[in-house]
Amino acid sequence: MSSGKIISVLLVIGAFAGGAYYGGQNSTSVITSSRGGASFSGGFDKSADQKNVSSTTKSAVIKREVEGKVHRVNDGDSIMAAVQLAQPGDTIQIMPGSYHETVYIDKDDIRIIGVIQQGKRATLDGQGKLNDAILYSGNNIVIENLLITRYKGNGIMGQAGNNFEIRNNVIVDTGVYGIFPQLGKNGLIVSNVISGIEDAAIYVGMSDNIHVAYNDVFDSVAGIEIENSRHAIVENNYVHNNTGGILAFITPGLPIKTTYDVIIRNNFISNNNHKNFGAPGSTVGGIPAGTGILIMAADDVIVEGNIISGNKTAGILITDHHNAPNVTIDPESDPVPHRVMILDNLMINNGYDTIDEAKALMLLEFKQGNPDIIAIGAKDGCIINRHRYVTSGINDFKECSFTNTAATQTYLLDEPVPPRIIDPSERGKVVYMGICAGCHTYTGRMIGPPVQIIQALYMDNPQGLADYIEHPIKKRDDYPEMPPQNYLDAETRLAAAKYMLGRTN
Amino acid sequence: MIKSVILNSYNVLVNMAYILLSFVALLPMVQAFNSNEETGAFILNKNCPPSFELIKRNQKSSCQLVSQYQFYDSVQDRGLGGTQTSLPKHRGGFSPEQIDLGRYLFFDPLLSKDGSISCASCHQPDKGFSDDLDRSIGINGNKLARSAPTLWNVGFLDKFFWDVRATTLEEQAQGPLFDPSEMGNSPEQLLASLENNAIYLRLFSQAFPDQKAIELSQVYTAITAFQTSLISLNSRYDRYAHGYHQALSKNEIAGLNVFRSFVARCAECHQPPLFTNNQIAVIGTPEPEGMARDIGAGKTYNEEKLRGAFKVPTLRNIVKSAPYMHSGRYDNLLDTVKFYNDGRGNAVPEGEDMLLHWHISEPDLTDEEMQLIVEFLGSLTDESLIPSTPDSVPSGLAVIDKQYQIALKAKELKQKS
Repeated sequence: MSSGKIISVLLVIGAFAGGAYYGGQNSTSVITSSRGGASFSGGFDKSADQKNVSSTTKSAVIKREVEGKVHRVNDGDSIMAAVQLAQPGDTIQIMPGSYHETVYIDKDDIRIIGVIQQGKRATLDGQGKLNDAILYSGNNIVIENLLITRYKGNGIMGQAGNNFEIRNNVIVDTGVYGIFPQLGKNGLIVSNVISGIEDAAIYVGMSDNIHVAYNDVFDSVAGIEIENSRHAIVENNYVHNNTGGILAFITPGLPIKTTYDVIIRNNFISNNNHKNFGAPGSTVGGIPAGTGILIMAADDVIVEGNIISGNKTAGILITDHHNAPNVTIDPESDPVPHRVMILDNLMINNGYDTIDEAKALMLLEFKQGNPDIIAIGAKDGCIINRHRYVTSGINDFKECSFTNTAATQTYLLDEPVPPRIIDPSERGKVVYMGICAGCHTYTGRMIGPPVQIIQALYMDNPQGLADYIEHPIKKRDDYPEMPPQNYLDAETRLAAAKYMLGRTN
Repeated sequence: MIKSVILNSYNVLVNMAYILLSFVALLPMVQAFNSNEETGAFILNKNCPPSFELIKRNQKSSCQLVSQYQFYDSVQDRGLGGTQTSLPKHRGGFSPEQIDLGRYLFFDPLLSKDGSISCASCHQPDKGFSDDLDRSIGINGNKLARSAPTLWNVGFLDKFFWDVRATTLEEQAQGPLFDPSEMGNSPEQLLASLENNAIYLRLFSQAFPDQKAIELSQVYTAITAFQTSLISLNSRYDRYAHGYHQALSKNEIAGLNVFRSFVARCAECHQPPLFTNNQIAVIGTPEPEGMARDIGAGKTYNEEKLRGAFKVPTLRNIVKSAPYMHSGRYDNLLDTVKFYNDGRGNAVPEGEDMLLHWHISEPDLTDEEMQLIVEFLGSLTDESLIPSTPDSVPSGLAVIDKQYQIALKAKELKQKS
């Protein structure tokens, strides 16, 4: 790891010596080749996050040592019934057919796989009535090969699930977001086809270590949105005929306040001129039609190797919160986009029918033409080969000290977020203190009898005590009957019983 | 063991009645255990409250929260997300004595200007640490501008008051204490009345053994310590979240799914596990008739865009703390849910300029879905760790001034008629 960094530093110095940029519009163009030169090395330091750095993998979920059961769901059956039966490690195969339900997964390590037969998919159809197609909160969830349509809310929504993979799904005309993992760490969104979404087709919200690749997103208000998230790569996607193509945002007012370390590279971002049909008041409802890439308040965003064409307002818009419409202010989040880094991109035919605000900004700099890049409020940015583009607001951008991001393949963790392994004795203590201690103290009388008395009865029989708390029977006239603790699993009940019997105060 | 079905159900009824009776009979004993005040010998508890572990370090003891949520993690350690997500950092570390002293102070009307009300007058334990009123009534008998927020799980928050003008509980405590229309006291009088009370002199020296005299900061610390012990994390929802899916009924699970759906979007701000994201939001609820628009955090931050912003409250124990919203406009949960369903800006008068939160949308839920949300909210109730109300307090004044409560009710009825 460290040797790689040293090399980059040396190359950085070389790049500065080789062609420093002196600013000013009339100076000689600095032509920088991105085929050589330094590679970006800032980004995310995996070694700081994990002890075990071994391989570069393109999988986000944890490897299964033993495959669990396969539950097959046939047309006419309920997917949810299979989810309720499934244990962590199981796979649910959904046969082609039409399913009308909301599937929620509050378990870990479940894989939902649509079986595609001669092009026919398992179709989740919300019929314009159901809210979301799939909701998950477990870790290590895979959602694959489905066709999702006509839901009012989201196609696939994650709430704090880590290590997820959402791939090869077709999502058509489905409510607010097509794919929306929120508050998750380490996730892969790959090879999905998503269209007709009234907010973002793919929306990564308040998450870390995300990879979005090879998706085809179109006819939506926003194509791909990275919001209040860190360490995200958006690459090799085809983003077309949306109102705005790819977005990197800090949305003010959310509890996680930052977006940084985002790489947007090697995407086709074409003709994103769709009329904005976002909900009134939504953040994306303020995006001008014809925006290729929009960076709002996000820091350390790298834009590289994209083909950005035919977006009528601008190829790249960069703004702070103060100049963005529909956006509130948050005293706890920094409204300024710092260190936007624009490397080689092919920009053609953008800004041909731009908004008045962009024209006004151009006028301030006595510029004419159709804008490729418009920035307002950006700080400490950098760019290479700026002479190629029609720009406004980037005069203080420096030359970037690197020319490519080839050294950064992915921000996915080499080893997925580890499973929640809980030492039973730890769990025993926590359950005793959090639940049992509400009614029992060591010596005194409370709602239930003192722990000392319980110890006298069960000292050599923790299992007996564990059984009792599962199905208590009334034993003492002078105490109320204990409510059953059957919501704790058997292992936890035994651990709590052992802990209680081991107390000395 | 085998009995006829009829006999069995008869027995069940008898048993239930017996259990209820024994609960009633037990109540005084429960209180008696926790406090020795009935002997007049106020002794501070040396044990931490339930759910807290006593940690001894450098001869100092402090209480640290333990909870099943500590086994989970969360993005950026912010304690937000889904079912198995860690909690935000808890404001722990107080000694058992400080917590117990805080309990006495909390219930002691000595803290108000004329000894007529205590913290517990507006934050009543059996009313979700609120008071059943749309807007609380202060020392002068007049309604205040806003309702009393719940104190359950307040030790996880870092923004206080509806308009988030305080960032610590210590700072917050000084608001009502010294507001002329709330408890109306002055720092000088408060300090003097504590110094003149022999019992408090002794209790403060036990809770703060390193300090020689009572200081106001100790009062704030103790009240803070007590409030951080108000933990509600073992509701039926929590049992579901930890993996016991039978803990919720079919309807409650359906309600949870509407609640967290992206149509209703409740969970976007009332985010598990605390059911608040600890942020502010402009949602545009109506004020009571005749009351001017309260601009909330717009004033705190002097920011036009935040005009009408208020803190997102927790929904834990929400069925206990009606009426709802900052000025108590809704007296039941269904009407509160309906407000959101009636669409963006439905209660914003013409000419009123408010930048409504982006999640305030047009959810268009069915009546059944709204009812399901309300059913689900009922599963967020857990008062198992409710602290015991002392029988008496060091000042000798009546605990939770009963007369005051009766007067309140009378006034309410009069206003309604």
